[in-house]
Amino acid sequence: MSVPLEHDYIGLSDASSLERSTESSNINVFTLKATELSLGLPGFGKNSEENAKFGPVVKNYMSGAKRGFSDVNFNGSGPSGKWALNGGSEADLCRGVNCVFEKNQTSSSDVKPVEEEKKGPVKAQVVGWPPIRSFRKNTMATNLPKSGDVAEANLGSGECLYVKVSMDGAPYLRKIDLKIYRNYAELSTALEKMFSCFTLGQCTSNGIKGRDGLTESKLKDLLHGSECVLTYEDKDGDWMLVGDVPWEMFIDSCKRLRITKGSEAIGLAPRSTAKCKNRN
Amino acid sequence: MDLNQKRTRMVDRVDSVDPDLVSPESTPMCPFPDEVLEPVLSLINSHKDRSSVSLVCKDWYNAERWSRRHVFIGNCYSVSPEIVVGRFPKIRSVTLKGKPRFSDFNLVPEDWGADVYPWLSVLAKAYPFLEELRLKRMAVSDESLEFLAMNFPEFKALSLLSCDGFSTDGLKAIATHCRNLAELDIQENGIDDLGGDWLSCFPETLTTLQVLNFASLNSEVNFNDLEKLVTRCKSLRVLKVNRTINLDQLQKLLLRAPQLTELGTGTFTQDLVTRPVADLEATFGSCKNLLTISGLWDTNSLYLPVIYPACASLTFLNLSCAALRSFELAMLLIHCKSLRRLWVLDTVGDMGLEAVGSWCPLLEELRVFPADPFEQENVAGVTESGFVAVSRGCPKLHYVLYFCHQMTNAAVATVVQNCPGFTHFRLCIMNLGQPDYVTNEPMDEAFGAVVRTCPNLQRLAVSGLLTDLTFEYIGKYAKNLEILSVAFAGSSDLGLKYVLGGCPRLRKLEIRDCPFGNAALLSGLTKYESMRSLWMSACNLTMNGCRVLAKEMPRLNVEVMKDEDSEDSQAHKVYIYRTVAGPRRDAPPFVLTL
Repeated sequence: MSVPLEHDYIGLSDASSLERSTESSNINVFTLKATELSLGLPGFGKNSEENAKFGPVVKNYMSGAKRGFSDVNFNGSGPSGKWALNGGSEADLCRGVNCVFEKNQTSSSDVKPVEEEKKGPVKAQVVGWPPIRSFRKNTMATNLPKSGDVAEANLGSGECLYVKVSMDGAPYLRKIDLKIYRNYAELSTALEKMFSCFTLGQCTSNGIKGRDGLTESKLKDLLHGSECVLTYEDKDGDWMLVGDVPWEMFIDSCKRLRITKGSEAIGLAPRSTAKCKNRN
Repeated sequence: MDLNQKRTRMVDRVDSVDPDLVSPESTPMCPFPDEVLEPVLSLINSHKDRSSVSLVCKDWYNAERWSRRHVFIGNCYSVSPEIVVGRFPKIRSVTLKGKPRFSDFNLVPEDWGADVYPWLSVLAKAYPFLEELRLKRMAVSDESLEFLAMNFPEFKALSLLSCDGFSTDGLKAIATHCRNLAELDIQENGIDDLGGDWLSCFPETLTTLQVLNFASLNSEVNFNDLEKLVTRCKSLRVLKVNRTINLDQLQKLLLRAPQLTELGTGTFTQDLVTRPVADLEATFGSCKNLLTISGLWDTNSLYLPVIYPACASLTFLNLSCAALRSFELAMLLIHCKSLRRLWVLDTVGDMGLEAVGSWCPLLEELRVFPADPFEQENVAGVTESGFVAVSRGCPKLHYVLYFCHQMTNAAVATVVQNCPGFTHFRLCIMNLGQPDYVTNEPMDEAFGAVVRTCPNLQRLAVSGLLTDLTFEYIGKYAKNLEILSVAFAGSSDLGLKYVLGGCPRLRKLEIRDCPFGNAALLSGLTKYESMRSLWMSACNLTMNGCRVLAKEMPRLNVEVMKDEDSEDSQAHKVYIYRTVAGPRRDAPPFVLTL
């Protein structure tokens, strides 16, 4: 009998995790089929600037995300409870994650385990490293369209717009600040990082910038391609498909987000790529 | 105290030297009457030169102190405001630096100190005609800014960099009350941005503005007021707007101020084009005096070419807010043949840096910032080959700040061979403890090559996997080194001992997370008075070691910052600096002066 598979909170392991996770009650884990996951972006193995810019799904942002889950530990390392990642148990958690990745050799599109073996264990973020001025960090957070990390300070116009994001089968919800994203692509990247069940990475890997119309339609293409659908609850309490309306209108009316499984999303608005492209 | 002893001490800018002790003989040595001496000395602006002048004899000391107009205080706790005003009666301009540099990276707790208010209250009485105040890493409150605005009627220039504790309300006070304001330079700070209405507080009568920089603020300002301000300030030469200013608005501003020498744009893209891009391009063409361009947020291949007509005379291009790709940078640099300083994001990649090497032969300074600093895996960024490519094409390069994920010893050796004139070499390999990724050896030889090959090296920041050998090289060869930054490096006390035993010109040493202990700290006992400061955090220092140092060297402040988590005997964060002002009187509870 093999050693019990270590799961991090995302539960990225081989396909049989589905069965295992329903049995285990102690380990908090999503139920995701690894074969449908894209831990890295397609074409990610090439060192092209374009791909790398948008980053893989599960980066070390996990260490930032871990603050909520430090009590949920898988390696026996004690909960640190600390947000400032000073190595220690956080690093242990990272190594735990790394183990998961390395076991996941079967995932074909996944280049990450190879990269990690080359570089060694994932390192936890350290306070004050790399030595970038916090003020510059904050400036960059708003400047870079790629950066969707919630952990970055929210500057913007001063107002935050935190909405809950739930995902079916997940044991807990997340909250994100919609104001720090500027279009659907950024939102999708951020959610991707957070939940790593999207294959929306394809959207950004082509280096598509600019008009929301294009990204909206791509978003929806991919949403329907994968088994996850992103929906939101608007001011009227209705559940809508994300991507129909221009970004500004969306963040105005969005009250919460929900990532649903494909089968449950039947009945929502079908693709309307033509509608999107004609807008603007 | 004899003269020789004093000269070897490398006295800092302000010193409470008793004039009677400087030199017993004065008249035979100094035949010049004050009327001659003072005007001559007033032409000397360098602080180091003025320090030297003040040490010659009593007469020169006095002539110097009466003729000095600008005082530079590198550590606000090294001297008290009373001492400063006592020595220099006629100061018009003050530069003050406060917190240790690692506070920029969140290593210094809030409320540590460096409050500017106590300084202002003393300065207001002694220098009512103060004109300029430049602050770096000081705690500045709105009350301080209001006090400044109300108590200095001739006040002309305010520059704030890496300061915190204030809001745009403080700026309102400055804009409202400083009738002769010529410079308002708000660089990256921890400012509470409550809105853009501070800009509208400039009175209609204000026409003296020469420098206006609000690029780091986020709130929208009233554009009409800004346009009117720019129009009536005919001497405006530096204008750096924030991201809320769009291209159309920028166009209008440029038409009003074609005399600008430094421009910081706003958002440099737009969805809807109200005016053809050709117009904006022509406008840039008409700005014949531009030397610096920065800002350029969100720009891309569609809009960046608009600045090409202004590029031929540019000497400084700051692209650190524009995530350009390699070809975009290359196309731009073809036009920038006069470039001396270039700041970019690592999104440009090695290919972008090759373009730098190809098109900018006069380049002296290069800074490559990481677009995604906390990304640890699978990032492109720049590598050693980009670094080498720049060095090949830019032999005059002497200042580099380079963030990367991988480096090799051979590449660094090649770089310094191509550019032996380095004065500032700051290499940050972002993965902690990363060895030479080709040979898997430590990066010792890289920095060894740097210190051996670059005799003029003044500032060095090391990174990567480093053993004590690096520090042996530094101590042995870096004779002109003044500033050294070390993180996660070294194997034992020897490392620090080597540095403290060599490097005769060392002024600032900052160390974090290195295995240096008390023995190493104490080996530098006699050196610390010739330095401005030493920072050591997360090393192996104990309270006892620090107490010994404090006891032996009464003219140093040995401050330990207590961390909740560290044990009582550990000295987790230690900040040591020379001072003539004695222990801090405003130290917060977590700072213990031993």
